[in-house]
Amino acid sequence: MITLTSLFSTILFLLLLNNLLLLGAPGIAPLIRLTAFQGILLAVLLLGMDHALLACAIFGIKGALLPGLLERTRRRLATTDEPRPRLHLGAGVFTGILGLVFSLWLETRLPILPHLFPPLLLPTALTTLFCGLILVVGRATAISQVIGYLVAENGIFLLGAPLMAAGAIWFELALLLDIFVAVFVMGNAIGHIGETFDSIDTGRFRSLRD
Amino acid sequence: MSAPTAFLLQLALALVLAPLLPGIINRVKAMVAGRHGKPLLQTYYDLARLLGKGEVISRTTTWTFAAAPGVSLAAALCALALLPLGGVPSPLAFGGDFLLAAYLLGMGRFAVMLAALDTGSSFEGMGASREAAFSALGEPALFLAFLTLTSLSLDLGRGVADAGLDVRAAFSLSALFNGDMAAFWQAGRPELLLAPAVFFALLLAENCRIPVDDPTTHLELTMIHEVMVLDHSGPNLAMIVYGAALKLWFFAALVAGLLVPPLPLWEHAALSVLAVLGIGVAVGVVESAMARLRLTRVPHFLGVAAALAALALILTQAR
Repeated sequence: MITLTSLFSTILFLLLLNNLLLLGAPGIAPLIRLTAFQGILLAVLLLGMDHALLACAIFGIKGALLPGLLERTRRRLATTDEPRPRLHLGAGVFTGILGLVFSLWLETRLPILPHLFPPLLLPTALTTLFCGLILVVGRATAISQVIGYLVAENGIFLLGAPLMAAGAIWFELALLLDIFVAVFVMGNAIGHIGETFDSIDTGRFRSLRD
Repeated sequence: MSAPTAFLLQLALALVLAPLLPGIINRVKAMVAGRHGKPLLQTYYDLARLLGKGEVISRTTTWTFAAAPGVSLAAALCALALLPLGGVPSPLAFGGDFLLAAYLLGMGRFAVMLAALDTGSSFEGMGASREAAFSALGEPALFLAFLTLTSLSLDLGRGVADAGLDVRAAFSLSALFNGDMAAFWQAGRPELLLAPAVFFALLLAENCRIPVDDPTTHLELTMIHEVMVLDHSGPNLAMIVYGAALKLWFFAALVAGLLVPPLPLWEHAALSVLAVLGIGVAVGVVESAMARLRLTRVPHFLGVAAALAALALILTQAR
């Protein structure tokens, strides 16, 4: 029989797996699909925590709307291939695993209230945050870096999930809206960058200086 | 029925049914492609035909070439005899026998590689070189997965020296693959499902299946395993074909040993055989759905398997 605890640990495990896959994904299209999957997993996790309203909002925004926007930007740019990433994909996955080990170690060292975080939630949240940062640092295109930013935000959101009281839900919803606007604006900006410079490789921006 | 008799019966069943696995894979691939395909028993017919044929041996070869098929078949047979079959522990089991099983398969591979180099053909040498490189890359994944299972086996209390049990018993294949691990992932430890996934990926890599190698091609420059056996013929080739089928059964039994939960003897045995045959179907589906990877991408594939095994190990240690 599936208990709530086993459902929780399954979702957290899938989130960890999703993070490593994000680091190892070679193209932009799989990155977007994995980000959408991460949003859906977050929504299911919140549903398990009895935050149905927030779960619906997360599902709509992180699971569908944001990946949809990113996909639209990707199509507009007509580039599917990531140029050579700054950090080798294997090295990225290895750093992610190191991040997981560090998070597990940190969990034993942090003075937190007992039973505040369900098992594995804190390491998963921290690993998600690290993986987002690795994506931002290790990838070359602006769109992958936006995805990295989203993943890091998912990590922070996961960290805050057990601390959510009834009033905090509106705060989280407002934050979600901010992120939505940020990704919307960044999507448009990347589109314009792509049209002007025929590339979204941030490495090339260095030649802009006069 | 005593445990050794039950084990011997199941070993005999595995030896008889092993050539059926490639037949099932081929039939699934044919069905997915909309063809009728070869008969299910084609490998048996091939073995009978090859055993009745004479042999052509190149004058440049030495005794290494003649000995390799026998060594590889014997190694596969010994490795299979170390596995618990249908939940019954092997009578040969001892602490750390998974290392022996891994290196027995390694020895079989080494013998075939030597035979390939012995022919003096640069084509076969190329295959031997690739086989050596890719099997070396597969080993970290294999041992990380074994480490995960041994750490769990110790958790289960098999190694409690106070209770009068031998600590080394936790490190035998019979303790790791007897079905107890299935109870773990069913009890909400999903990271343990990574271990069968890693063994499945290794099955594809070690048995020259798609996406690592294509067993149906004999004349392509990118082959790995098939190119090494081009010079073998007659009974020697039959030994290689049968050895390959046993190796496939060995890896499928590893996956099945982690998926089938503990049951009464004959139910466990029947379910294990069905699971092994089901894994044959899964390999057929994977081969129909995927194309072979570029040679430069094969290390990535094995790297993913190693990363998954590392994740499983870290998460089991974290609990």
